[in-house]
Amino acid sequence: MITQLVVSQAVAIQERRSARPGSSIYSGRASMLLERGFRAFKSSNWMVVLSGFVEPVLYLLAFGFGIGQLIGNLEDGLGRPVSYAAFIAPALLATSAMNGAVYDSTWNVFFKMHFGKIYQVMLSSSLGPMDVALGEIGWALLRGVAYSLGFMAIVTPLGLVTNAWGLLAIPAASLIAFGFASIGMAITSYLKSFQQMNWVTFFMLPMFLFSGTFFPVSVYPQWIQMIVQALPLWQGVELIRSLMLGIVDWSLLGHVAYFLVMIAGGLWFTTVRLKALFMR
Amino acid sequence: MFAKDSEVVIRAKNLTKKYKDFVAVDGIDFEVKRGESFGLLGPNGAGKSTTMKMISSVSQRTGGELTILGKEPNTHGPEIRAHLGVVPQKDLLDRELKAWENLFTYGRYFGLSRKFLKQKVEELLEFAQLTEKRNSKADDLSGGMQRRLAIARGLVNEPEILMLDEPTTGLDPQARHILWDRLFRLKEQGVTLVITTHYMDEAEQLCDRLIVMDKGKIMAEGSPAALIKQYSSKEVVEVRFGTDKNEKFAPQLEELADRIEVLPDRILLYTEKGEELLTKIVDAGLHPVTSLVRRSSLEDVFLRLTGRTLVE
Repeated sequence: MITQLVVSQAVAIQERRSARPGSSIYSGRASMLLERGFRAFKSSNWMVVLSGFVEPVLYLLAFGFGIGQLIGNLEDGLGRPVSYAAFIAPALLATSAMNGAVYDSTWNVFFKMHFGKIYQVMLSSSLGPMDVALGEIGWALLRGVAYSLGFMAIVTPLGLVTNAWGLLAIPAASLIAFGFASIGMAITSYLKSFQQMNWVTFFMLPMFLFSGTFFPVSVYPQWIQMIVQALPLWQGVELIRSLMLGIVDWSLLGHVAYFLVMIAGGLWFTTVRLKALFMR
Repeated sequence: MFAKDSEVVIRAKNLTKKYKDFVAVDGIDFEVKRGESFGLLGPNGAGKSTTMKMISSVSQRTGGELTILGKEPNTHGPEIRAHLGVVPQKDLLDRELKAWENLFTYGRYFGLSRKFLKQKVEELLEFAQLTEKRNSKADDLSGGMQRRLAIARGLVNEPEILMLDEPTTGLDPQARHILWDRLFRLKEQGVTLVITTHYMDEAEQLCDRLIVMDKGKIMAEGSPAALIKQYSSKEVVEVRFGTDKNEKFAPQLEELADRIEVLPDRILLYTEKGEELLTKIVDAGLHPVTSLVRRSSLEDVFLRLTGRTLVE
């Protein structure tokens, strides 16, 4: 029998779920989107994925070891000498996490939303909009984490991670990736055309160049500093740089809180937007 | 199954959907019983798809009542969707996945186990006559195959109600017949089918009972045969005199038939005895360029109810 008249497994699964609060928007199966992601990924273009990872590595080589020769050592926050490569490596790690998460949560999500139309199909199953939001953000986050792990695997042998706190850079990069994935998908869900999508790219480049990545923000006048410090990449760069250079205090929790808000906000807006787009 | 045969699985009362100022569905009432094949018939923009979306719990009603298997879609959306199989109008297959993966992955969205799905997917591929194509990407399948895959996907959670939105639109006649055959089999197994269509022959083939919708309202309800009996005559004679001349002969023809409809390209004459009427027309000295006697269809019902043809 193709179908049956007794309660099907799918119904039994969902009925167990229904007692929980929020069951009308979340079925607890965001992980199924990751499964789908891996299946689709198997046959996707690896070169595209790889190119996103290579970019920060190239910056590290060109600026850290090339231009770094001309610059010499800088001083860290505690007055100790730091090589230029060790100064920009944490920033590039944060950028790796950001790139991975943003590529997936913007362009890929845009295509799935408007051309693949896969969210519409997912929402006709017993998944809720928050499953889809969390699942897709999770998938983008994984790419961010993969990029940052790859980056760590390159910088650690080069001697750019100098103390044990540096290990925390990996969870920190994951947090950053989560934040960017979340906000990236939320923004994308409001965009309708390629032109609008290009604005995202247009915004990303200056953020990358001027968020304390290649030089401290103290070179700016006060008011520009304040703008930069409000941007997510600066928050990420500061967090990872502090960990990798071993300058750890409670103020780092401020950066963590910044990303937690970003994650929650992005997730919420994405859920609301998916509902508005596909369940109207 | 005894008591269940008459069980109402979908109940809509004064069901309404407004988008800002536009009323897509305007206070409709209907019931669907278990095992029934229920049709929503009407032209584009009649409110069929919107009604389907509300039943599928992916669109919230703005007025009236709606229950699916006794459950409230506003609060139990995912639970209701677990009962339903949905075959969307444009298939919407996952183009990044292979045919079998489309079924498997969709089953996973319902939380079904891999073990269960492994067997289920094979069963469904066979049902959809796609076993040979299991490893093809969705894009590489023909239109008919894609539609069958979409139907198989809709069955993966063993739904009690299968929702089909325009199931054969865009398919060639052969693919259509294969599809109808598959749907008959499902019906035989007791699956409740809810079908939208703007094809009359499809409604006559597949539906036990249907509602005719136009501009968000229900114009008529009943079995195809009952609707034809109520709103049309047994037979129809179609005559063409040429584009400008149809109007001219209309008054003369009106006296011969029970009722006539003058369309831009032809005149339809409603009667109990088609051949006799045709003879009378010729005897009256009228010589149509072409003529045709046929059974009355739902198309005629629609024309009678709305004064318009279905596919314009």
